[in-house]
Amino acid sequence: MDFTAPVLNYALLAPILIVLGGALVGVLIEAFAPRASRHNSQLFVTIASLVAALSALLRVRNQSSASAAMGSVAFDGAGFLLQASILIIAILSVFLIADQENFTALAAAVPGSEEERNSLQADLRVTEVYPLTLFAVARMLLFPLASDLITLFVALEMLSLPLYLMAGLSRRRRLLSQESALKYFLLGAFSSAFFLLGIAYLYGYSSSITFAGIQASITGGSGNDVFLLLGIAFISVGLLFKVGAVPFHAWSPDVYQGAPTAITGFMAAATKVAAFGAILRIYYVAFANDEWQWKPVLIVIAIVTMVFSSVVAISQRDVKRMLAYSSIAHAGFLLSGVIALNKSGLEASIFYLFVYGLATLGAFGIVTLVRDSSGEVTDLNRWSGLGKRSPILASVFALDLLSFAGIPMTSGFIGKFSIFSAAYESGSTAILISGVLSSAIAAFFYIRIIVIMFFKDPVEDGTSVVIPSALTTTTIAVTSVLTLVLGIYPAPLINFIASSASFIR
Amino acid sequence: MVLPLIGSVLVALIPNDQVLRIKQAALGTTLLVAITGVLAWVKFDSGNTALQFVESAKWIPSFGINYAVGVDGLAIVLILMSVLLAPVVVLAGWNESEGGRWSAKVYYILLLILETMMIGVFSATDLFLFYVLFEAILIPVYFLIGGFGTGDRAAAAVKFLLYSLFGGLVMLAAIIGLFVISGTHGGYTFDIARLSELHTYMSSTTQNLLFLGFFIAFAIKAPVWPLHTWLPDAAESATPGTSVLLVGVLDKIGTFGMIRFCLTLFPDASKTFTPLILVLAVISILYGAFLAIGSRDIKRLIAYTSISHFGFITMGIFAMTSQGVSGATLYMFNHGFSTAALFLVAGWMISRRGSSTISDFGGLQRVTPVMAWSFFIAGMSSLALPGLSSFVSEFLVLVGTYTRYPVAAVIATFGIVLAALYILIPVQKALHGPVTPGNENLPDLTLREKIAIAPVIAVIVALGFYPSPLLNVINPSSAHILEVQGFTDPLPSESAGK
Repeated sequence: MDFTAPVLNYALLAPILIVLGGALVGVLIEAFAPRASRHNSQLFVTIASLVAALSALLRVRNQSSASAAMGSVAFDGAGFLLQASILIIAILSVFLIADQENFTALAAAVPGSEEERNSLQADLRVTEVYPLTLFAVARMLLFPLASDLITLFVALEMLSLPLYLMAGLSRRRRLLSQESALKYFLLGAFSSAFFLLGIAYLYGYSSSITFAGIQASITGGSGNDVFLLLGIAFISVGLLFKVGAVPFHAWSPDVYQGAPTAITGFMAAATKVAAFGAILRIYYVAFANDEWQWKPVLIVIAIVTMVFSSVVAISQRDVKRMLAYSSIAHAGFLLSGVIALNKSGLEASIFYLFVYGLATLGAFGIVTLVRDSSGEVTDLNRWSGLGKRSPILASVFALDLLSFAGIPMTSGFIGKFSIFSAAYESGSTAILISGVLSSAIAAFFYIRIIVIMFFKDPVEDGTSVVIPSALTTTTIAVTSVLTLVLGIYPAPLINFIASSASFIR
Repeated sequence: MVLPLIGSVLVALIPNDQVLRIKQAALGTTLLVAITGVLAWVKFDSGNTALQFVESAKWIPSFGINYAVGVDGLAIVLILMSVLLAPVVVLAGWNESEGGRWSAKVYYILLLILETMMIGVFSATDLFLFYVLFEAILIPVYFLIGGFGTGDRAAAAVKFLLYSLFGGLVMLAAIIGLFVISGTHGGYTFDIARLSELHTYMSSTTQNLLFLGFFIAFAIKAPVWPLHTWLPDAAESATPGTSVLLVGVLDKIGTFGMIRFCLTLFPDASKTFTPLILVLAVISILYGAFLAIGSRDIKRLIAYTSISHFGFITMGIFAMTSQGVSGATLYMFNHGFSTAALFLVAGWMISRRGSSTISDFGGLQRVTPVMAWSFFIAGMSSLALPGLSSFVSEFLVLVGTYTRYPVAAVIATFGIVLAALYILIPVQKALHGPVTPGNENLPDLTLREKIAIAPVIAVIVALGFYPSPLLNVINPSSAHILEVQGFTDPLPSESAGK
């Protein structure tokens, strides 16, 4: 029996490997470094490996290869852009995570127990969150590059596992946090099962697990179409679950609310980029020639997602739940970029993902700062008068909200404009109209928060804004400046994306 | 255009406690802008129908978006109106900024940003730039109403914003449609001149849909019945200065947009919808007038009269005759000034009396003659008394409409009769008659207030007698707009205007 050693293109895989290496170093630190120095060294290793990965990525930016790892991983312009977005968002998220006020002192302690009180008193910190983040980031980097179904499945599972754990680390309301983690895990496992089933069907259809092989079978039209349709449907369920599209969205409000806010921001921003990256690749590369079969379904899902989440978000009283529904609505907007199935759709989606990720991080960063004596205040009514007490913070939050709402002069507007143009160009008038209508509905609840912050009198119940740490300030400042700058002068980024966004087939 | 922006930065730099310095800087900036505006108007070559003062720079090349500005006769007149009203507003509302939720500094920063955007929106020759400013302009107004208004200001501000945003988003859909069509016919562009050639490629359904997208947005902005309900609330809650800019200038973007975009981009659809729009316009004229007669609150009264006036403007535009369009443009200018005078004087009356109910103002003629006379002249201008500015424009609009749609013009004429009622009733109640108890000791206008109102009254009177400086600028452009898209005057027209 012959056995050939796999051929790997290490330069192209370097970003993933560096992040994984950093995660392993993090595990070692966790095991051997003294507790006192653990936090700072973990933070350092995390940031250093993310930055190193980014620079390794920049070095290979103009290369592309369909077989970076034996045909399982394809590196191309779109992959580069998605990976760069994920890394930048991850670095900014780690800055938020570094503010440890949000995390439980000892994840293993039972809520309310003696052990928990002791650990709080000892001022312990959950430093294990850093290697977990790195593990998640490494698989997020792999996810949009995966070009066969097995790699895609492995990346999906491995990126989810750390997230399940991280969702349960909240310091306050730990039961809620743990409940959300369990919910996320169970539903996630369920959707993985669907995904796996889809792989099986697609293999049965094309006797291949690579995207290129599936594409070839679809073009050839030789297989059994029932298998193909079932396969596409089940795989779509798994992927749409990850991005939280209606009707697979039920987990996200609970998880967004229960998870520590910094983690929520990370999940909302980075996971979305990774998952949409994978969705874009699989639909653009593997299923493109079968579009008349899946497109109508996806159009319906996109429309339902946009309209449903915008309507439900209106009645939310909790800022994190509101942001969760808003993120579901954005998943709907992003799906219209997938449906467009043309080059401008791809470019628009990548631009949208990046600017949406930034604004999301900024918004969640600010949520971490509004606190009372028992922790974060997420009840919207208690945010009233925030504009009076801390005008700068409230203005930045308002800027993020306006960007979500797609008001001109913010990056969200440019994103929305380009993604809807792309969708309309491909002939989906329905998407354009329902997108615009749900934007109008969505504007209502974004503006409601601005009203609460600026036009209501402050309540005297101890809600206050803490002085942010330097790292949190950096994240908030960077995201808000970029949101504004990319809204007023997006040409450089748009050109950059246009010059390199393409999928290798 | 850049000037007020620099001014707003300047204001932002002045520390919070030096309120006087802030006000002076704001006033200085607006005056400087006004002078520049007048100079531009003088330099404007009225015989030339091409765009003038053109500037252009690449903005987002991959979408064909440019920062492109330039003015024709219509735009220069509206810009002139905006920049002249701005210093008046600053001066007249010297103390308005102090009752607000935030410091005076914020008020003036917002005001100057607003002025920048107003000039930009009238001079934009790139559809994308226009849209960005059209939407972004809502933000400063929203905060001006919500932060410095009176009464239920937050609710009014939200209502205003949601109405306008909805309209804007509908327009966005139409813009995207237009953009995609432009891509298939000669490359993606937002240049209005090139977009206006596209209508030949569109099916009539497409053109009608896109037209409706634009028209709904502008009809909300203008506002045309039945999309007007935000205006009275917003005008009631805003400070008088903000109301002037909101009703006097901002709403003109709607009617300006109808000329600039609805007529030029979709000539065939405009013709298709003309009967419907004329009906709406006539309803606006009469409905606004009836509500004005019935309203007890003086600010709401002015808002309702404006709805009636906007009906006239819309009617003039969609009559599609050169007199109609010229008259409508002149009407916009005049309405800006007469409404400004009404709102400002009403604002002073309210702040002196502490009430905005009309019947509380009895006998002001005797107690405060200057204030009463100012209100009277503004009111007379609003009902288009011959010799005051609105008369000329209202006459032109009616003549322009009559030549093509006599029925609409005749019905609209009743609006003038109603106007006499809605102005004379409050004038009688408020200014004449016995002095209402509590009014005996109200002070008359101060010197500052007199200086603020004098130029407005002067413009109203001067244009009533001698409108040709403006008409000379407007006429060639409005004739040009109609000519380019093949609208002809129905009669062998006696030279437009006079």
